[in-house]
Amino acid sequence: MKGTHDPIAADRRTGGAVRPVARDVSTGTPRSGAAVQLDGASLAIAGRQIWTDLSLTIARGEFLVVIGPNGAGKTSLLRVLLGLVPLVRGRALVHGEAPRRGNPAIGYIPQQRAFDPELPLRGRDLVGMGLDGHRWGISLRPGAQRTRVDGILDLVGARGYADAPIGRLSGGEQQRLRIAQALIGDPSLLLCDEPLLSLDLHSQAVVVELIARWSRERNATVIFVTHDVNPVLRAAHRILLLTGTRWGVDRPDRMLTTETLSSLYGLPVDVVRYRDRVAVLGIDVGGHDPVSHAEPGS
Amino acid sequence: MTSLWGYPFVHHAIEVGVITAVVAGAAGYFVTARNMGFAVHGLAEMGFTGAAGAVLAGIAPEVGLLAACLLAALAIGLLGVRLRERDVAIGTVLAFGLGLGVLFLVLYTRYATEAFSILFGAILAVDAQDVVRSAIVGALVLAALLLVYRPLRFASIDPEVAEARGIPVRLMSVVFLVILALAVAEAVQVVGVLLIVTLLITPAGAARRLTAHPGRAILYSMLIAAGVTVGGIAGAVYTSWPVSFFVATLSLLAYLAARLAARPART
Ligand SMILES: Nc1ncnc2c1ncn2[C@@H]1O[C@H](COP(=O)(O)OP(=O)(O)OP(=O)(O)O)[C@@H](O)[C@H]1O
Ligand SMILES: [Mg+2]
Repeated sequence: MKGTHDPIAADRRTGGAVRPVARDVSTGTPRSGAAVQLDGASLAIAGRQIWTDLSLTIARGEFLVVIGPNGAGKTSLLRVLLGLVPLVRGRALVHGEAPRRGNPAIGYIPQQRAFDPELPLRGRDLVGMGLDGHRWGISLRPGAQRTRVDGILDLVGARGYADAPIGRLSGGEQQRLRIAQALIGDPSLLLCDEPLLSLDLHSQAVVVELIARWSRERNATVIFVTHDVNPVLRAAHRILLLTGTRWGVDRPDRMLTTETLSSLYGLPVDVVRYRDRVAVLGIDVGGHDPVSHAEPGS
Repeated sequence: MTSLWGYPFVHHAIEVGVITAVVAGAAGYFVTARNMGFAVHGLAEMGFTGAAGAVLAGIAPEVGLLAACLLAALAIGLLGVRLRERDVAIGTVLAFGLGLGVLFLVLYTRYATEAFSILFGAILAVDAQDVVRSAIVGALVLAALLLVYRPLRFASIDPEVAEARGIPVRLMSVVFLVILALAVAEAVQVVGVLLIVTLLITPAGAARRLTAHPGRAILYSMLIAAGVTVGGIAGAVYTSWPVSFFVATLSLLAYLAARLAARPART
């Protein structure tokens, strides 16, 4: 999986800096046609407050990055939008409607899990499940399904290993298949839970660019949970920081400052910038030391 | 084989054996995908208790076997809320069941031969009625597996996304446990409680060595299970050694052969 044959990595270099946000997404005022809307939303799990009074409007086509320490409720936020966890107060809307399980407009990339290396399942089967895995019976039109699966495999560049057992693929290869699985239903909202975990820099760049390009071309909304903001800085329109007690949302340049982060964390935090990379020192936002991370693709 | 086939008891044994093996082989794909080997044992051992209790109460042991397997499946499904709790739930149900089984055995000493056939199988004793029952239960299990194939596979292999796609993941595991209970109750007739893995896990384990294609893995698993069962019956008829010994031995050989012929590891 080295870069020469990879059209996406090459394409990325011409992508330039943070793309302009077409609409004013920073005001947080509710608007019709918003992809996601949270009004005073509060979540408690097993009697414990996770986050409170979260109000946020995510526009269609927006790329929202979600960061925060372990247990801050990032995964839970995605699960609320998937209709799997109810709010205790406030309101959540997805495309103007209450969240519901099985919403076909949502593509979901879960936090990585290991597959048994001997599991009799090929990459293409995993992708196909995203298309018709919820239907009864067995597939009666395998030909049509195969064409759709091949198309999306080509899009993410995973055709070459689509027939290999899923458990024997590398983390980066599995992640591309996960993206294909989420995209095959042609979602207008993509929920990604730490899709960069345990990927090398090149694979991180590939994954971010695949998702960002899908978002650009389809005007699809992306909510992207990550521990390391650097790989997604260029793609991000806004960053939502959940810290358990507080939350904040803003454009990356305004969010990632010593003042903003210190006040949100309630602890002294230093934000150091080096070229277009950001390091947050003093508290674990990045999971690992972000200073050592080169901006992918450069 | 023609002279062998002439005896009605062999005829019946092979019919029941093939039906049972095909069902066990198909269910085995999901047993291995869901890591449910322990549940298979738990169900089979509860089945033993059910059969022992039925004998004690003067009911046909097959009825007790089936009823106990189904009850145990529901208990495990309802108790085993989360994956990591499942082994505790199964272990608890299983120990309770075996405890009862021991009690029944002590209360009813004449039960020893019945106990032996339930523990080690009695396929050569099946009659025409058993063939009909096997065919009905087998058809039910295969139809149910076919009906839930896609959502069950999704929920078994990729539960997070399956749940997000609206599949009732917990209901699926209860449904599968019920399907499994029927398959186990059938397989107990052939190989008995103690050798249940030989039909419900080993053939699927061999098949997954041969292919990564899910449909083919199920097909190979059914073929291997049917092959070792027919081979086991033939071996027993010619030598008068127990069927389960031959089935378990052939099953082991099939597994070893599949390991040797394994699809090349991707490096
Ligand atoms: N099913 C559950 N039962 C009990 N507590 C839960 C459950 N799901 C989540 N929680 C708790 O809710 C809190 C938020 O969990 P969540 O997984 O959303 O955090 P996160 O921000 O995604 O963390 P991480 O960065 O570690 O992935 C945690 O304290 C977690 O223990
Ligand atoms: Mg999480």
